[in-house]
Amino acid sequence: MQTVLENTIDEFQDRVIADRNLDTRTKDIPGWGMDADPENDPTYPMKHWNGADHERLNYEKAPQQPLDIEVLHSVERPSVTRVFGTSSPPSGLSGTIRRYAFQYSEATATHWMTLILADRINVLEGKLHDLTHGILPNPWIERGWRAEWKHNRPAFIRKTATTALLITAGFMLLKRKNKHK
Amino acid sequence: MLAMNFRGPRQIRLDRNKPEPEIKHPYDAIVRVTRSLVCGSDLHLYHGRVPDTRVGMTFGHEFTGIIEEVGSGVQKLNVGDHVLVPFNVACGTCPHCKQELYGNCNESNPQATAVGGFFGYAHTGGGYDGGQAEYVRVPYADVSPTKIPKGMDLENAVLLTDVVPTGYQAAEQGGIQKGDTVVVFGAGPVGLMAARFAWFFGATRVIVIDHVEYRLEFARKFSFAEAYNYRDMKDPVLFVKKATDYFGADVCIDAVGCDASGSALQDLTGKGLLLQAGSATALHWAINSVKKGGIVSIIGVYGPPWNLAPIGSLMNKGITLRANQASVKRLLPKLIDHIMSGRINPKEIITHRLPLEEVSDAYRMFSSKLDHIIKPLLIPPRAHAA
Repeated sequence: MQTVLENTIDEFQDRVIADRNLDTRTKDIPGWGMDADPENDPTYPMKHWNGADHERLNYEKAPQQPLDIEVLHSVERPSVTRVFGTSSPPSGLSGTIRRYAFQYSEATATHWMTLILADRINVLEGKLHDLTHGILPNPWIERGWRAEWKHNRPAFIRKTATTALLITAGFMLLKRKNKHK
Repeated sequence: MLAMNFRGPRQIRLDRNKPEPEIKHPYDAIVRVTRSLVCGSDLHLYHGRVPDTRVGMTFGHEFTGIIEEVGSGVQKLNVGDHVLVPFNVACGTCPHCKQELYGNCNESNPQATAVGGFFGYAHTGGGYDGGQAEYVRVPYADVSPTKIPKGMDLENAVLLTDVVPTGYQAAEQGGIQKGDTVVVFGAGPVGLMAARFAWFFGATRVIVIDHVEYRLEFARKFSFAEAYNYRDMKDPVLFVKKATDYFGADVCIDAVGCDASGSALQDLTGKGLLLQAGSATALHWAINSVKKGGIVSIIGVYGPPWNLAPIGSLMNKGITLRANQASVKRLLPKLIDHIMSGRINPKEIITHRLPLEEVSDAYRMFSSKLDHIIKPLLIPPRAHAA
């Protein structure tokens, strides 16, 4: 396998290099820092700049939430955050796909598109889980058809009739094709 | 407990037996929800546009509640305190939080570095169950949750968790100067707030553009704005140019995000084929409608990974693009003062009050814009429990 540069990099050296440059290089660079203006920050007033960005490794951190479930974390950070949500840990086929997605950075289509694929498979897993646990789908409530019936009845009837018509037409067409074979 | 349960795009169930949340960290609190809202950005989840939205999750990032239990490290809150809980999960000590970027906390979302931690907003937002439930686990309880000021209406308090600060920040990001013409794309709750707050910064003309007639009517009354339906226009950008002396608006605000309508190409590639993260129509119009050297403020939500937007115009026109999730904690003191002084009464935008048990209806009504809905409020059955 080809060695890629990002796998050879010494981590957590940015501030070391920046501090070293400040001590040794900047005095030799003509004009260094003379136009610096803390108020020329396009994120102001959303951000009250106080230099904390440059203390990125030494800030006060909360205790670590116990890792008693599987938590996927972005490869763009060294580990999980000090707290995290525990809503729905990865599981099943969708979980395997999510684990694959998290091998790629957030800058890649592979990461996000694979997660969307996992989401759609997860929906099927959810339906299977429901059926095996005796829970039948109730689209009237769960898809909000009750609300459509109450507040948007003519359009709802029109949409339902059109869908039924299209499905019937498709079914008939398929049947006719099979007959010709 | 009762909790909203995501089952797939446009499919929501009320879970009657979801286990109650537990303290997982010394800085956690457990909150019994008293009011919860459905947000326009919840609809992006509902429509299946945000990656890593897992089946079984409970949405809801706008809620108030009563502290039921606190972790061993919580010092500022006590059991029984009634709090509003900003949608940002924020540690308060990382470099971003220390600079008041509470929407960009470095210690609350392991899944994505591009996104802060948010309640009930997919695993892309940290995987926290949200407030469309009877109880919620609230991490870093000493940082953002704020005791509801005495005398403040509970409905105004819950709107302070997101929509009011988000609308305010949309205007603030615009760098609006006295005399400016501001165009807000989108007359949803955030757009209405952004248009209303544009006046606070000194705008002297505020224009709202949308396609839902009752919302435009609402914008005229609530936001004191001129309001126009883009379906009555051939080209909304040309409309804005003509309305601003062929100069362009001083500031344009995109208060729509990835669910925008108005362009067949954007709809097809963004919402149909998912080749981009939803439709970027509002952003496209904003960049093209603003003056040269103007400011475009993005407050509408876009999912990863990318969108079609006119970057060339951005560069050639010298536009400043400003965007972020609202930093609720930073803005709360100012906004509490605006509400308590009577300068704004945000609860006017709440048009529907439903029991939590009807959460599926609330989503469908909000998504399909039924019954002239602007903002739905959910009330859990245990909201009034002792």
